[in-house]
Amino acid sequence: MLLYLLRRLLLLIPTFLGVVALTFFLIRLAPGDPILVLAGERGVSPERYAELQAQFGFDQPLFMQFLHYLGQILSGDLGVSVVSRIPVLEEFMSLFPATLELSLVAITFAILIGIPAGVLAAVKRNTVLDYSVMGASLVGFSMPIFWWALLLILFFSINLGWTPVAGRLGFLFDVEPVTGFMLIDTLLADDFGAFLDALHHLILPSLVLATIPLAVIARMTRSAMLEVLRENYIVAARAKGLSPFTVIFKHALRNALIPVVTVIGLQVSILMTGAILTETIFSWPGIGKWMLESIYRRDYPVVQGGVLLIATIVIFVNAMVDLLYAVINPRIRKAG
Amino acid sequence: MALLEVKDLKVSFTTNHGRLYAVDGIDVTLEAGESLAIVGESGSGKSVTSLSIMGLIENPGEVQAEHILFKGQDLASVSARKHRAILGNELSMIFQDPSSSLNPCFTIGAQIDEALKKHTDTSRKARRQRAIDLLKAVGIPDPESRLAAWPHQLSGGMNQRVMIAIAISCNPALLIADEPTTALDVTIQAQIMSLLKELGESRDMAMILITHDLGVVAETVDRVMVMYAGQVVESACKNDLLDHPQHPYTRALMESIPSGRLQGDQRLPVIPGRVPVLDMLPGGCRFHPRCKYADDKCRQQRPELVIDDNRSVRCFHPLGVIKHV
Amino acid sequence: MITHDENLMTPWQQNWQVLHSNVGAMLGLSVLLILVICAVFAPVIAPHDPAMQYSDALLVPPIWMEGGTMRFFLGTDDIGRDLASRLIYGARFSMSIGLIIVIIAMITGVLLGAMAGMRRGFVEASIMRLMDIILALPSLLLAIVIVAILGASLINAAIAVAIVLLPHFVRITRASVVAESSRDYVLAAQLDGARGPRLFAITLLPNIAAPLIVQSTLAFSSAILDIAALGFLGLGAQPPTPEWGTLLSSSREFIERAPWTVTLPGVAILITVMASNLLGDGLRDALDPRLKR
Repeated sequence: MLLYLLRRLLLLIPTFLGVVALTFFLIRLAPGDPILVLAGERGVSPERYAELQAQFGFDQPLFMQFLHYLGQILSGDLGVSVVSRIPVLEEFMSLFPATLELSLVAITFAILIGIPAGVLAAVKRNTVLDYSVMGASLVGFSMPIFWWALLLILFFSINLGWTPVAGRLGFLFDVEPVTGFMLIDTLLADDFGAFLDALHHLILPSLVLATIPLAVIARMTRSAMLEVLRENYIVAARAKGLSPFTVIFKHALRNALIPVVTVIGLQVSILMTGAILTETIFSWPGIGKWMLESIYRRDYPVVQGGVLLIATIVIFVNAMVDLLYAVINPRIRKAG
Repeated sequence: MALLEVKDLKVSFTTNHGRLYAVDGIDVTLEAGESLAIVGESGSGKSVTSLSIMGLIENPGEVQAEHILFKGQDLASVSARKHRAILGNELSMIFQDPSSSLNPCFTIGAQIDEALKKHTDTSRKARRQRAIDLLKAVGIPDPESRLAAWPHQLSGGMNQRVMIAIAISCNPALLIADEPTTALDVTIQAQIMSLLKELGESRDMAMILITHDLGVVAETVDRVMVMYAGQVVESACKNDLLDHPQHPYTRALMESIPSGRLQGDQRLPVIPGRVPVLDMLPGGCRFHPRCKYADDKCRQQRPELVIDDNRSVRCFHPLGVIKHV
Repeated sequence: MITHDENLMTPWQQNWQVLHSNVGAMLGLSVLLILVICAVFAPVIAPHDPAMQYSDALLVPPIWMEGGTMRFFLGTDDIGRDLASRLIYGARFSMSIGLIIVIIAMITGVLLGAMAGMRRGFVEASIMRLMDIILALPSLLLAIVIVAILGASLINAAIAVAIVLLPHFVRITRASVVAESSRDYVLAAQLDGARGPRLFAITLLPNIAAPLIVQSTLAFSSAILDIAALGFLGLGAQPPTPEWGTLLSSSREFIERAPWTVTLPGVAILITVMASNLLGDGLRDALDPRLKR
């Protein structure tokens, strides 16, 4: 078991290095002179150019530059934003909680609705209920997410006026950022009105972001349950006189959840993709919107650093999911 | 009053080819403490019979019977709650592949405890002790440490012993064993069968043993019922059946058991042909295409089950006393 | 001789039979065929020229709303262009781009996967690491970055999306090749002298085709959605090209005044992707060896 963990963690390293290499070459592939692009300056004098060249290490052989870059990254220096002049890592850390909060709420919603829906569809197989759940799920992951966001805004914000159109908090509220999570910070500041307002702002974007994970989780749960319900130990459990509820939720679901958990973990990548679009449409101040704007504005240090950070998070979460899978699957756990 | 009285049991499935009867009108009667073997090839309907007695047949299968009386109660019409109180308690079952019949996500101890918790009102400590006693009774060495084991860590034979332990945990009056040794090694088979016999005798527990292997039957049961294509073709007490089989199918089954009496390059007798598929049953007697004694009457008319002095047989030309070759 | 007796049909005929009985899959297939027809015959089917601006018919609602007319039965946009025609021409872009992306991704992916599966060792390791890196990045993010480097256009967006979809084909091909390589029929072919590309193309490929076919429908769905997303962000097809995603971005500001300019292009995308997914589901069921009787 320990060996398996170690092996899995070691595999991370080449992938991580690969991503670092990718971002390293990113700057050199971008249109324009890489040095000027990094510095964010234009029309510099030859002296200034030589200065910058030395500063960014471009006068050295490529491999040395790469090592230099790697060293910078490992010490936390991911460059400075050309637009805001703030270090990339610092800006990332300040914006990340917003995306994290949105994603956590979204995935919670997706799990709380997706798993029971999948179980229900499996148990009531081939009935109207099953078809409805599967149909809704199909629509869910076939929809362009940005269109879905616009539709919901049209209906709930514009036509009904129930939810705000943009942002995290009404601008009349002033809350001290402690954790970066609006829901927590408003409670810490004892401002219940602000808490409700934050919740209000959170509903629509998290619903939109939750849609694809929900659809995928519901499907996965249904198919995993269908497989499990065919197993011999389910008949044996019923032969013990256990209630249908116990058989389904204790015996079947435990086994069905094993593949579902990995699917949930893999949603991280999908959530990030969705976050880019969702945050843009709802003007949610998170890293998705930040990345997109940086690309529009040619803020390459941010693009480079942001891509690296996001990729690292995804790699890390996927590795954790693999480990989690090994832990909860008793067959791998004991066999090691 | 008989412990179990099943009358006119029919189990059907609705398929693209219409309604097919996996079990087509059988009766089973069992007294307390008695053991019965239901013998037949795959497709004879024997497993379906046991599952329908337990009430475990689901859609698209449908069970019909005049009655399924267990201790005087009709299992077919009893409430779902009452049914669940009986299952695993007074009436229990063990299955063919023990390793896949135990939930891989729970320990052995947890699965035994679950049965005890559902049907008895005892403390956790008492249940744990009882689980240890049960594991001892089924012959598992070092039971205390086994409680924390996972099913995949134990062999097939051990898992079957665990299943038996779970099944007898609440002292059932009737245990149904559906091909309990088919998935196990031959050496283990004998051990499990003798364990079952010993448990049946010591606990005064009735048993229905489902098997395709007549050889297994010889030591263990009181009565034998032979099924073919969803019907009972012969039923008698063990000695009568084994010494004087009356139905050609029974005789053919017995002849095909490897017995070490073959000489040189003699071939093992097999029954020609195959068990008929349910949507293509032969007209007349269902066995006639494979029977060496079949004549026109057999091909055209359906024989009824003739009951005579504690034996029954479904054949127009039951065999007389046949000496072993 | 072709018969309908189950025992005499070829495997592919059997597959078709199973697929044929799947209502959803047939529905999906029909819708996709209709879309292909729209795409191919757009100039004939579309009621108007998609670029034609009717200055007397700005923001006309669709026919089922008040003020709608049969002349522009799905309404017009802010500069008087017929929405129905733009959507039909949009099918042209979406369907062809989707197809091109899938073909590029599939061919490249299969080649890489085959190399990885057959050569093993260092070649395999480097190809798979490269795929891991691509997969480590959220798909849209990677696509956006690639487009940012290459420049915003439909072609570049297509390249970006093809790269994003590549790893799935590589993985499936490699896994299938590795699994099948130890089978007897492959060994037999090798004894006959088949090597490398010939071995792959003639012996292996027909037997690993099934999961690839299923994956191609899923890839098509992803391609449509990703291209539309890039178009919406202004990084794909540029206006006035009537690509569905681009249509959505141009209409966004009219969401209150003329909601149909926003809803209808999205519906077009939704229907296309749903059809492709239904077909993919049906194919998966039909080609899944475990469900074979």
